[in-house]
Amino acid sequence: MDSISIIAMASIITSGLCMGIGAIGPGLGQGRAVQGALSSIAQQPDERNSLTRTLFVGLAMIESIAIYCFVISMILVFANPFWAYVIKKAGG
Amino acid sequence: MEVVAINQISPDQVILFAWSFVTINATLVYTWLIMALLVVGSLLITRNLSTDRTLSRWQNLMEVIVAGIRSEIGDMVKEGVNTYFPFVGTLFLFILASNLFTFIPGYVAPTSSLTTTTALSIMVFFAVPIYGIAKQGILEYLKEYFRPTFIFFPFHVMGEFSRTLALAVRLFGNLMSHEKVIAILLAVTPLFFPVVMQILGLLIGLIQAYIFAILTMVYIASATQSHEETEHKPT
Repeated sequence: MDSISIIAMASIITSGLCMGIGAIGPGLGQGRAVQGALSSIAQQPDERNSLTRTLFVGLAMIESIAIYCFVISMILVFANPFWAYVIKKAGG
Repeated sequence: MEVVAINQISPDQVILFAWSFVTINATLVYTWLIMALLVVGSLLITRNLSTDRTLSRWQNLMEVIVAGIRSEIGDMVKEGVNTYFPFVGTLFLFILASNLFTFIPGYVAPTSSLTTTTALSIMVFFAVPIYGIAKQGILEYLKEYFRPTFIFFPFHVMGEFSRTLALAVRLFGNLMSHEKVIAILLAVTPLFFPVVMQILGLLIGLIQAYIFAILTMVYIASATQSHEETEHKPT
């Protein structure tokens, strides 16, 4: 197999793995966070505003991990530096 | 009408005009459009404000927005709302405006480019120490880095950089993923599903603008208030 197809295959498989495995942890974490916030709101509805604000900040923190994985897989699929290097070398 | 092709992940790659070293890309154009819209809109609305019972609907909208942002900031910090309001409010309004206009065909959110979001988060990166030093003085501010012991100094410094990166990549990733999802859905199932995703995109844009402003406010509050809290704790 030449290097172009190896790089294409490795990039596609890795981007899928990156997104798939990287979504597990943040999914579990966000589930737990929302569960905790909901039960707190059910117990103390008066504190809903500050609870919601803290929940959103926390969710954003957790979500950024998944966003990192997503950006990495997007770069691997759409803007792959190794792929561009190989294509450039093969072309010129 | 697709401005950004499906295999481009940033509107920076859409070059509208290039002349020697001057390159005008889609991000620049839309950033300036949003800024012009905000500035001209605010000027037009605030030109004739009224204090009696009848007020124009635009002044009403403006008052709702300003009062909402002020009360959110007021919940986070006890005093000095007026100090932080211009910075945080401008960040919020700019990100909100640039996120919400994505339903207009041919428009690309400037926040879906990593350069814009990096610029915004670098502004936060510099604003937090400036506010902290202005509030507590430079020695007290620098002491925060050595709390509780000096071993924590590298972790504090690393935290400053990693949260700046996180702010930039979070906003960029959310907006960019939204655009990519719309583009892919348009190719796969046109007509109905992209519309639903657009509606979801409005929600995502609002939440991301809110989160950016709130996180900025959290960082500023932690830089300006941590000393007082540690003072109160032992009692």
